[in-house]
Amino acid sequence: MKAAPFEYERPASLTEAISLLTVEAGTARVLAGGQSLGPMLNLRLAQPRLLVHVDRLPELVGVAADADTVTLGACVTHAAIADGRVPDIGGNVLARVADDIAYRAVRNRGTIGGSLCHADPAADWVTVLTALGAIAVLQGPGGARTVPVAEFVQGAFRTALMPGEILRAVRIPRLPDDARWGYVKACRKPGDFAHAMAAVLLFARTRRVVIGALGSMPLLLEREAASIGGVTRALETLDGLDHVQRHMQVTTARRALAEAGA
Amino acid sequence: MQRALGEGIGSSVPRLEDDRYLRGKGEFIADIRLPGMRDLAFVRSPVAHARIRAVCKPPGAETMVFVAGDLAVQPIVAVSGLSGFKPSVQPVLAQDKVRHVGEAIAVCVAHSRAAAEDLAASVDVEFDELPAVVDMRAALTSETRLHEHWANNVFLETFVDVASERFERPAPIVVRRRLRTARQCMSPLEGRGVVATWDRRLEQLLVYSSTQIPHIVRTGLAGCLGLDHGRIRVVAPDVGGGFGYKGVLLPEEVCAAWLARKLGHPVRWIEDRREQLTGNANCREHDYDITVHAETDGALIGIDAVAVVDAGAYSAYPFSACLEAAQVASILPGPYVMPAYRCRTFSAATNKPPILPYRGVARSGVCFALEVTLDAVARQAGLEPHEVRLRNLVPTDAMPFDNITAKHFDSGDYPECLRRVVKAIDIPAVRRRQAEMIGSLRIGVGCTIFCEQGAHGTSVYAGWGIPMVPGFEQAVARMTPDGGLELRVGIQSHGQGLETTLAQVAHEVLGVPIGKIRVVHGDTALTPYSTGTWGSRCMVMAGGAVGTACRELAGRIAGIGAHLLQAPVEAVHVHGGMVTGPAGSVPIEEVARTWYLRPQDLPNNAASGGLEVTAGYKTERDSGTFSYAAHAAVVSVDTELGDIRILDYAICEDGGTLVNPMIVDGQVIGGTAQGIGTALYEEMPYDHAGQPLGSTLADYLLPGATEVPEPRIEHMQTPSPLSMFGQKGIGEGGAIGPPAALANAVNDALAPLGVELTELPITPRRVVAALLARAEK
Repeated sequence: MKAAPFEYERPASLTEAISLLTVEAGTARVLAGGQSLGPMLNLRLAQPRLLVHVDRLPELVGVAADADTVTLGACVTHAAIADGRVPDIGGNVLARVADDIAYRAVRNRGTIGGSLCHADPAADWVTVLTALGAIAVLQGPGGARTVPVAEFVQGAFRTALMPGEILRAVRIPRLPDDARWGYVKACRKPGDFAHAMAAVLLFARTRRVVIGALGSMPLLLEREAASIGGVTRALETLDGLDHVQRHMQVTTARRALAEAGA
Repeated sequence: MQRALGEGIGSSVPRLEDDRYLRGKGEFIADIRLPGMRDLAFVRSPVAHARIRAVCKPPGAETMVFVAGDLAVQPIVAVSGLSGFKPSVQPVLAQDKVRHVGEAIAVCVAHSRAAAEDLAASVDVEFDELPAVVDMRAALTSETRLHEHWANNVFLETFVDVASERFERPAPIVVRRRLRTARQCMSPLEGRGVVATWDRRLEQLLVYSSTQIPHIVRTGLAGCLGLDHGRIRVVAPDVGGGFGYKGVLLPEEVCAAWLARKLGHPVRWIEDRREQLTGNANCREHDYDITVHAETDGALIGIDAVAVVDAGAYSAYPFSACLEAAQVASILPGPYVMPAYRCRTFSAATNKPPILPYRGVARSGVCFALEVTLDAVARQAGLEPHEVRLRNLVPTDAMPFDNITAKHFDSGDYPECLRRVVKAIDIPAVRRRQAEMIGSLRIGVGCTIFCEQGAHGTSVYAGWGIPMVPGFEQAVARMTPDGGLELRVGIQSHGQGLETTLAQVAHEVLGVPIGKIRVVHGDTALTPYSTGTWGSRCMVMAGGAVGTACRELAGRIAGIGAHLLQAPVEAVHVHGGMVTGPAGSVPIEEVARTWYLRPQDLPNNAASGGLEVTAGYKTERDSGTFSYAAHAAVVSVDTELGDIRILDYAICEDGGTLVNPMIVDGQVIGGTAQGIGTALYEEMPYDHAGQPLGSTLADYLLPGATEVPEPRIEHMQTPSPLSMFGQKGIGEGGAIGPPAALANAVNDALAPLGVELTELPITPRRVVAALLARAEK
């Protein structure tokens, strides 16, 4: 299929992008790497009147780092992260996750921010950034604000973005030296959507398990709940999973915990 | 037989067509641009079963949107002569009723595909929905009728019974299984497509189509359009894979052809992946209830089976809706000997797209059903699965052999083939590793052996009575004035490498270098009538035709050469590109130059036929060549997540005399990849309302580079006594074996846990569900 007719703009600045989105609220879509929106356009599942292409905006492709955090512009590609062209938060965690996203062709164009805003429940960054305690930096007509990724993703394909707002960057805490990380996803083949997914982060008094690919927002379990017993209990009360899916989710969680040495 | 390889039969010469393919210089259907060409998009049914109350064209677009009532065409009807067959009437555009999601209702013409889709989106169709018939078993007894005047939803029921009274006596081993294979979608890299234009000067419709069967498409179009054959030319350009999907006349082809003539400008329809997946390329879906009776030692008493094939809504032209089920009954006994056999089959009509022939038609499902059940027999007998097979295979000294369904196995050594693959996969080593396995990962080994009928001819298809019956396969062999050769064949090459292998055959006979041989194919105006490329027939039939034509041409060349050599024609022979007589020789080029450019050098009484021959060929008998192969696989199964990995894959294949062993390997590897798809990945599920649940390749998984191991291939070469050079058809075998070999390997891995998988594809979900169900017992 071919996309329905749409207008296309490539604004020169973030301010211009926001004003385009504000004027066209509800009928405009932000286009970043286009790895999800492209097929949706062609299948006519998305029929925006206007596409605002932001992938080259200087404000969105930058990278910054300080002692505590690494901030990645929303349009940094998976490939840039996988190739180590951005600072490491520790343990090479981001690069390892990015390197296992879909195929190289997708990684070359797909962006961390685009993936987060698309909020596909099976997407890697949705689960991983939740587990890492990352912060979404948003810019809108009324200025900037920050939202934890755990609250930014509000459901399947739903985010906290307000009309006219753009995800500008994600700020990811650096991992302490004693941090232990585990990430396991179950796919039928590389590039396939995951049908079970778990990320585990342990350091000092932080204990976090995030279960993804649940068909809605990821499940964040902390402290005592961040254990295999906690995962099992949480999944039992979750609607929409049958016993096979539950078994697979518990298994990936167990393996992610083992990977993190829990 | 010792052969001087060179470029002739038996030589793995690189493919002549690959230069253009590998450089991106092929010309496929979507590469064709004609002045004034418009794009077509179809309005397709969003529901599986409904009456059409009204189709409303958008205001102002009346001349760009066409509905059934606008078209002056006959529907597509693919009959079968088999007793009791109910032919369906497949409309080119649905008029009163739709019978599957994706059925075409209207066609829109615009300057681009996108604009045509905009138009299609604005066509309003009002439906009265009817209950959908979705499951093939339920279809057999459903009160809802797809075709109102039918007594039931069955295209055809068949029944075979040989000594079934044996099943009344209790046997030491009786194993009964219910097995299912998924509905699949054939996925050539290039989908279907058609470009049609009316040539005013020739008063002829020129139809470019991505097809395997240009001549049959012409015959089908002539019938639907009410045009003389001479008013239609069908050209298949480069075709990006077919696998059977392009061996079918589609309503879209008829529609485009009619529109081109009506509108007076070229039109094209290029199928997209969504149309292919949701409305068109369906194949394979089988259901078996199979019981195997055996002696204590695994010797077969017989097979007793009921098989249902989900044939979808319509009987596709030309192979009909009973192609699969009718074959199931005749090929279920496989390569084995048994005294008793009973099989009843149903071709069920359902509200799904018509089932179409796919590489290894019926055989991948049949092989899976029988071979998984035979492994269960082996477990009950306490024997290695290959031992049970060796006990039952047609013995070497019984060849040629007529089996229990009167299939004529022409030659081969089936037990040796199986022994070789068993040795290659090293079963004892797997058994040792299994004994050492701990944790959640288990490994298993499985094998299968099967045969593949190819190039079956006139009497077989006349017996089925379908619209297409292959007769003599013809080829034209024509020398060019510079001593080159043109071969004109009615088949179509779309990945089989026939531009190379047919040249190799001609080279074998005449000695003309293959670089000077052009194979012309895929054009009804340039080639002799042929049923086309299907059924693993081309190397045997078109190869035989080329061989025959070249031998006749050799006689013509000898006649002229003898004159040039001033020798009696009986004293010369043509070999290695030369005409050689008692006192010297003359190159074929000289013969060609003389005939075409210096006729004054020929005597007045020279034979007038010249250097162009049309010759026809049939095999010694038309029951087909039987190639055969054994596949064996080692897999690991993650018993917690259900993931399956193929650790090793070995194949022993006997395709008779191999014309080009490298191309045969390519056929085997490509088929095996597709067989792995059938076994582990490919499935188009439908919901209770008849909605297909996949519409992109993100939902419909195909195996890719990371899922397909490099199989180790060993060849045996037992010549067929039926074909010209001993060659056999081998196009499909690769796709037949993997579901059985992989299912048996998975079941071997899971046997200690008491779990057996009987439904394809074997997905992680099915594995985990089976393990959990077992754990609950």
